[in-house]
Amino acid sequence: MPSLTSDVIKPPAPPSRGFGGGGSDGRGASRRASMTGLMVLLAATTMAFAAFTSAFVVRRGMSNDWVALPLPRILWVDTAMLVASSVLLEVARRSLKSGRRTEFNRYWTAGTALGALFLLGQAFAWRQLNAAGIFVASNPSSSFFYLLTAAHGLHILGGLSALVYVDVQALSLRLGPGKRTAVDVSAMFWHFVDGLWVYLMALFLVWG
Amino acid sequence: MLLAPVVWILTVVICYFFIAQTWWFPPPISQHGIAYDAQFMRTLVVTGIIFFLAQFALGWVIFRFRDDGRRASYSHGNNRLETIWTSATAILFVGLVLMGTRIWAAVHLSEPDPAAVPIELMAKQFAFSFRYPGPDGKFGATDLKLVNDAAGNPLGIDDNDPAGKDDIVSASLKVPAGKPIKLIMHSRDVIHNFFVRELRLKQDIVPGMEIPLYFQADTPGTYEIPCSELCGLGHFQMRSTMEVMPEADFEKWKQEQAANK
Amino acid sequence: MSSPVVHAHHAPQGFIRKYVFSLDHKVIGIQYYFLALFSVLVGMSLSLLMRFHMVHPDAKVHWFSTLWPTAAQGGIMTPELYLSLMTMHGTIMVFFVLTTAPQSGFGNYFLPIQIGAEDMAFPVLNMLSFWTTLLALGVMISAFFVPGGAPLSGWTGYPPLSAIGAVAGPGEGLGQTLWIVSIAIFCGASLMGAINFIATIIDLRCQGMSLMRLPLTCWTWFVTAILGLLGFAVLLAAGVLLILDRSAGTSFFVPGGLLVSDQILNHKGGSPLLWQHLFWFFGHPEVYIAILPGMGVTSQLLSTFCRKPIFGYRAMVYAILAIGFLGFMVWGHHMFMSGMSPYSAMAFSVLTMAIGVPSAIKTFNWIGTLWGGKIRFTTAMMFALGFVSLFVTGGISGIFLGQPALDLYFHDTYFVVGHFHMIMGVAAIFGMFAGTFYWFPKMFGRMLNETLGKIHFYVTFVGVYAIFTPMHFLGIAGNPRRYSDFTNFDFLGKLLPVHNFMTQAAYGTAAIQILFFINLFWSMKYGKKAPMNPWNATTLEWTVPSPPPFDNFAGQHPVVNHGPYEYGVPGAPNDFIMQTDPVDVVREPHA
Repeated sequence: MPSLTSDVIKPPAPPSRGFGGGGSDGRGASRRASMTGLMVLLAATTMAFAAFTSAFVVRRGMSNDWVALPLPRILWVDTAMLVASSVLLEVARRSLKSGRRTEFNRYWTAGTALGALFLLGQAFAWRQLNAAGIFVASNPSSSFFYLLTAAHGLHILGGLSALVYVDVQALSLRLGPGKRTAVDVSAMFWHFVDGLWVYLMALFLVWG
Repeated sequence: MLLAPVVWILTVVICYFFIAQTWWFPPPISQHGIAYDAQFMRTLVVTGIIFFLAQFALGWVIFRFRDDGRRASYSHGNNRLETIWTSATAILFVGLVLMGTRIWAAVHLSEPDPAAVPIELMAKQFAFSFRYPGPDGKFGATDLKLVNDAAGNPLGIDDNDPAGKDDIVSASLKVPAGKPIKLIMHSRDVIHNFFVRELRLKQDIVPGMEIPLYFQADTPGTYEIPCSELCGLGHFQMRSTMEVMPEADFEKWKQEQAANK
Repeated sequence: MSSPVVHAHHAPQGFIRKYVFSLDHKVIGIQYYFLALFSVLVGMSLSLLMRFHMVHPDAKVHWFSTLWPTAAQGGIMTPELYLSLMTMHGTIMVFFVLTTAPQSGFGNYFLPIQIGAEDMAFPVLNMLSFWTTLLALGVMISAFFVPGGAPLSGWTGYPPLSAIGAVAGPGEGLGQTLWIVSIAIFCGASLMGAINFIATIIDLRCQGMSLMRLPLTCWTWFVTAILGLLGFAVLLAAGVLLILDRSAGTSFFVPGGLLVSDQILNHKGGSPLLWQHLFWFFGHPEVYIAILPGMGVTSQLLSTFCRKPIFGYRAMVYAILAIGFLGFMVWGHHMFMSGMSPYSAMAFSVLTMAIGVPSAIKTFNWIGTLWGGKIRFTTAMMFALGFVSLFVTGGISGIFLGQPALDLYFHDTYFVVGHFHMIMGVAAIFGMFAGTFYWFPKMFGRMLNETLGKIHFYVTFVGVYAIFTPMHFLGIAGNPRRYSDFTNFDFLGKLLPVHNFMTQAAYGTAAIQILFFINLFWSMKYGKKAPMNPWNATTLEWTVPSPPPFDNFAGQHPVVNHGPYEYGVPGAPNDFIMQTDPVDVVREPHA
């Protein structure tokens, strides 16, 4: 039988531990999969904002028509509210882990409410800019501001839906252990969107 | 099995047409073109050998190892072979690109020749226009608001600028043979592309950018310029010509154009 | 996100739940497959119209004027109509055929089964991803029917041509906007798919299915999903910017100083190159998305039908990973002539040559797999062998194009068109044909007809060589691409006989596809009944009935003890060991 040469690669070794999925034990696999799914979603969002950032940097460096945008003051309030909402969600999660459900309900609802207020604050910021005659096509800096806040706002809306869902489940006493993953995934997504906002504020402040 | 001779016949037919050069480059008219053809040949020989051997090997294994009651040999591979052919491929491919680097650098990274004849190219949907600076050697100012294609002012040359009064605008490119040329390219609407096959050169013309292209044409003749970047419905008709003529004739042509203004 | 265990005990009832709004990855896979079949018919028809026009630009065809009263008055196809057909041909083929069938079609159907799972990680998301894709297709097709028709800026949609609206040409109004919206919706659908694929492969593998025991098909679906995830996110961003330039007066991509149709435009300061960078950052991984699953199928089939393990499984995995990784670093080779920095061009060029190395490894390994084998020439195997030949041919022309020095001539010529059609329009399609003939028995419980299959294969194989190889010669002669006719240039007139030949070859090759469709639909109802494992193959899908029950393994949890390509094992009871066979089925020769 013709063989190529004498050294041969061994067939693949059996796994040293039950790493290969470990058996489909239902809830375990489902929680892990949800976490992976979240990470994947965050990777995609990161790429989209990376693309926007590179467009931002290129456009700013290219032409001399970039006029720095006067950031509406309310954005600082919005930022504070968003960070606070993340903190409240974390406190809520700790409470849930210790079984203090009433506390969880209180903190989670407060966090969700602050998140909704953030969105309102963003809308307010847009109105302020409009009133000052700054629209999306006024200047490249304003184009990017509206673009980035709108894209971010869409993600806030998505995250808020998840927070509201969990809140409704909690308040109607339907938040069983099977929904623990939903709580954790929503909170983690929210922290990401929060961090994304801090990044965008830094971008506007330093480069805008 | 029938596939083996089919693969072999296709391979031979394809190789034939490359060797016979049935449809081929037009002859080069510059040093760059000659260097280009040499690099192309190198690449063609290397890839041609790989192509022939790979398709031949495929046909061979199809033929030799067809199921005629044999047993297959049980093997998961061979690390040594993997290393050898991976390294060979890497060296070959990277070697080829490094050899071409000199040609690329000569076109785009060499010191611009200060004595290069400056000619402006303005591309629009769907025509090329060329401008020569005239005896004062200066291009006059232009303004988009002054553009008037019908009146022969596609660039919008400003009459109030004395430097522009002697500028020559032509629908075709005329260059002196054997002299370095600097083609300064603009577009006034969408992306176009300047391509002359005999020069072995092309370059996208991007609105908002001023892109210089340096070349030297040595062989007199008239060569077609097909737009080579999709620019709209008239893309297939966007044509001009480059006429390479002896330097004396080029000077005469310029004087004639100046006298006619 | 729904738990995969939830529907383990509840088979869906009713026609709608079973076949329309189904959560079953197998049904969704078939839905994607049929979406791709429909799209390829549309795309192929468009290409035939294009090829006809190129050789008969002045022909009066009565039904042209019926379909396109404005764009084909008197039955003569206008240049703008040609360009819009060309734009839609490329777009539909790349997105709705090459990005759907190999990954979302076969991948959706077979990934969960091959890894021993009951379904994808998120069945509801999976169903949504199909319907979103269908919506995107609907929006894309609608561009044909709006005033001005479909856009004419090519599948690459370069601004300013694509950004300045209807002044740039017919189809550049609403048609272009619908095109962008469709692509954006498609990006969303792809993202949903990527989430499912990645989570499923990482988290839902059954016991014993370690990463290095995955079939190579699964590895390609995995890397393809990652490419799609990161690439489509960037395309979505680019599409948003383009829509804003078109409709909100921004100038991301459009510079100032533009005079179009006697109007001085309002834009200022944007960069057309920015679009190209963003687009090709997506566009290059996209072409690997189109080819990787086909490579996985080829590896799978070559091994199965020559009764030998794949040569160098580990190297194949590394090659797939390398192609995926490097695929993100070479986008600039689409932009050598764009006006970008010549230094960037050199960097991209070296990386582009580098990516040729893992591709070469795969080719060597395929031939190494066949060497010493015992080859059974089923139709599936023919297409896999054809894939290897076509991949070699298509890949080799890339060695020319990856050198900026040579691209100085070949950019935007038919050399490029020949290259990408060989790789995507043929090799990738052969991967789909191969997958179809291999997996049809499992999907539909019946065998496809081998005689029809082989005739279809041979005519198609010779046909595609006849259509696309001459394009390389046209490129050498300097024939530019995206020209609707060739009567305006002396040097092009001389090349018309080549175009004629290609057009005839296209007609013939398109016609023979009828055999495939007859085979496909006839065999679904009347094909010979398929056994559980008609190919004596080793991977998990061949351990379940044809077709599989709704939860794949009927409540069982498979345990994997062997690698995916244990063929021809000395001492094995048959000449193969299935992945789920007991550990000690044979004295392992190399344990």
